[in-house]
Amino acid sequence: MPTVLILGAGSDMAVAIARKYASAGYSIQLAARNPAQLHALERDLKIRHQVTATSHAFDALHFDSHPSFYQSLPVQPDVVISVFGYLGDQEKGQSDWQEASRILHTNYTGAVSILNVAAEAMAARNSGTIIGISSVAGDRGRMSNYLYGSAKAGFTAYLSGLRNRLFHAGVHVMTVQPGFVDTQMTQHLTLPPLLTAKPAEVANDIFKAAGKKKNVLYTKWFWRYIMLIITSVPEFMFKKLKL
Amino acid sequence: MRKQLSNWGNYPALDCEEAAFSVEEQLQQYVDTHEHIIARGNGRCYGDASLSEHSISTLRYDKVLAFDEAEGVFECQSGITLDQVLDITVPKGWFLPVTPGTKFITIGGAVASDVHGKNHHAEGSFSNHIISMRVLTGKGLLTCSPSQETDLFWATCGGMGLTGVISTVKFRLKKIETAYIKQKQIKAKNLDEIIRLFDEHKHYTYSMAWIDCLQKGDSFGRSILIVGEHAKPYELNEKQRAAPLKLPMKGKLTVPFNLPGFVLNNFTVKTFNALYYAKNYKRVIENVVPYEPFFYPLDAIHHWNRGYGKDGFVQYQFVLPLAQKDGLTAILRRIGEKGWGSFLAVLKVFGHQDDLISFPMEGYTLALDFPVRKGLFAFLDELDALVLEYGGRLYLSKDARMQQEVFWNSYPNARKFESIVQAYNPGGKFRSVQSDRLHFDYGSNS
Repeated sequence: MPTVLILGAGSDMAVAIARKYASAGYSIQLAARNPAQLHALERDLKIRHQVTATSHAFDALHFDSHPSFYQSLPVQPDVVISVFGYLGDQEKGQSDWQEASRILHTNYTGAVSILNVAAEAMAARNSGTIIGISSVAGDRGRMSNYLYGSAKAGFTAYLSGLRNRLFHAGVHVMTVQPGFVDTQMTQHLTLPPLLTAKPAEVANDIFKAAGKKKNVLYTKWFWRYIMLIITSVPEFMFKKLKL
Repeated sequence: MRKQLSNWGNYPALDCEEAAFSVEEQLQQYVDTHEHIIARGNGRCYGDASLSEHSISTLRYDKVLAFDEAEGVFECQSGITLDQVLDITVPKGWFLPVTPGTKFITIGGAVASDVHGKNHHAEGSFSNHIISMRVLTGKGLLTCSPSQETDLFWATCGGMGLTGVISTVKFRLKKIETAYIKQKQIKAKNLDEIIRLFDEHKHYTYSMAWIDCLQKGDSFGRSILIVGEHAKPYELNEKQRAAPLKLPMKGKLTVPFNLPGFVLNNFTVKTFNALYYAKNYKRVIENVVPYEPFFYPLDAIHHWNRGYGKDGFVQYQFVLPLAQKDGLTAILRRIGEKGWGSFLAVLKVFGHQDDLISFPMEGYTLALDFPVRKGLFAFLDELDALVLEYGGRLYLSKDARMQQEVFWNSYPNARKFESIVQAYNPGGKFRSVQSDRLHFDYGSNS
């Protein structure tokens, strides 16, 4: 059975993705900063789905450790999904470089660092799939979260370039653009229920779209059109809005 | 996130701060930094028992930690729902030891309400099958069982979350050979007959009855008794026998929004009851059915609670001691005269149980819905007085409105329970709108 590596496996979205892939029989590699917190999920996947599951220590901000982390995995994964992210505190980040750099490095630099490693390994054997969870926040900067948004914009551009390059090596790259998702990351926000997806819905969409080798997935689907509208507002008007 | 929360009865609806956790450390941190907390599972209790200023959702704390397929022992985090447990265990030949009429409750909720099912007279309530559990109390994370920290154990079973947040639960499952139930339905013309039928069929593992509360005269208390056993492989038809433990297909009906209140008026209720009774045109029907329609007939209609309109409803469930058949008659008569009852009235005979604060006791239990309307609570207070008079009590998981005296006068161990709550939850860090309404004294935190 193929193996999927889930980076940032502690989040609600990651749990849903792990369960989705496990239900299809995939072996699961869970990676997060504190692997002790993954053991319950690891047991859960084994019992519910009779699959192999392992937990690994991974810190997105420890760039230097990324190559050895990837090399030391018990099996080279067939699918790598980068789920980790850090929404952070926009207002704090405006004046506090610690916060700003954590937002930028988690969402952009850290993701690039680990996916560079995965990309080289997959390109060398001409197979594999890389899935990056970016965000619709990267489609246009807004005053309420442009630090997060700009990092995700960079990540989206990285994924599109990586897709272009790895296509020629037989490796597929999918960009996932979730809109609002009901997770702990957004627990403090009041989200409109009709526009908000459950983590399990996002996981289903990702699994299905990856099977069809989609390039860019908006989830829920209507976010493609919402973002189309938001990105087509002329800048001279957009800057006057308080979004 | 701040939001309007209500449980299954859609009454009351309150503005609460809702948080969630997926690992124990997050729960611990939340509990350390907040007051007035109550755990909330899937929101299937009917009233205000899981509402508080800070409702902490257990739904993301839903991992299976161990499943011993040889011994039938299951251990999980408290936020997993029964339907998920069944999906995992039934294909391996194990069933829940006790299940209420919906599979959309969490294991934590099953413990906190100490739920009962159609097999109460034979196999007791959920607490009867717990091996051990871990509870995050006001004094830290503690392990308890029928032989360890027994005060905490019995005050947590049926304790409505007042000892703390239930973290993990280890319990025994029940061996099955098929995913089917061999059931028998028997029509009873009146209350005397149904009570006699219960007695005649008490050797069946599962039994309950639908009762029509609106009939008068000779048909007063006409009912359908439903009894059943887990089917043996030889009782299945050829197609079923090919995969005896295969899960039945899932239903998908839903009530998409709150129906206007008049949809369930007296006329429709009467018509429904008449049709329901008439569909069993033979006096006795026997057949083999998948476990889902047998245990969870209403789960097939998602959000059936919206059928009662936006004002919501309360479910009234009481139990009377076995000797008080007259009391049952008196209360049923009162409900019938008023004519405000629902198309759903469930009658069951409980077996013996005498735990600290659990609802069941040997006797008759009746549950029915009342859409919220003007004058309803005064009427229910009248019923409460009757229940008290005949030595009965009300189910806290269904309650949204009982007066404090009713609770303190009907649960014989209520004050003892309160003193244990004070020991494990000093100062009332864990409390609900319900426990405040009943005027619990949480003691002081010093």
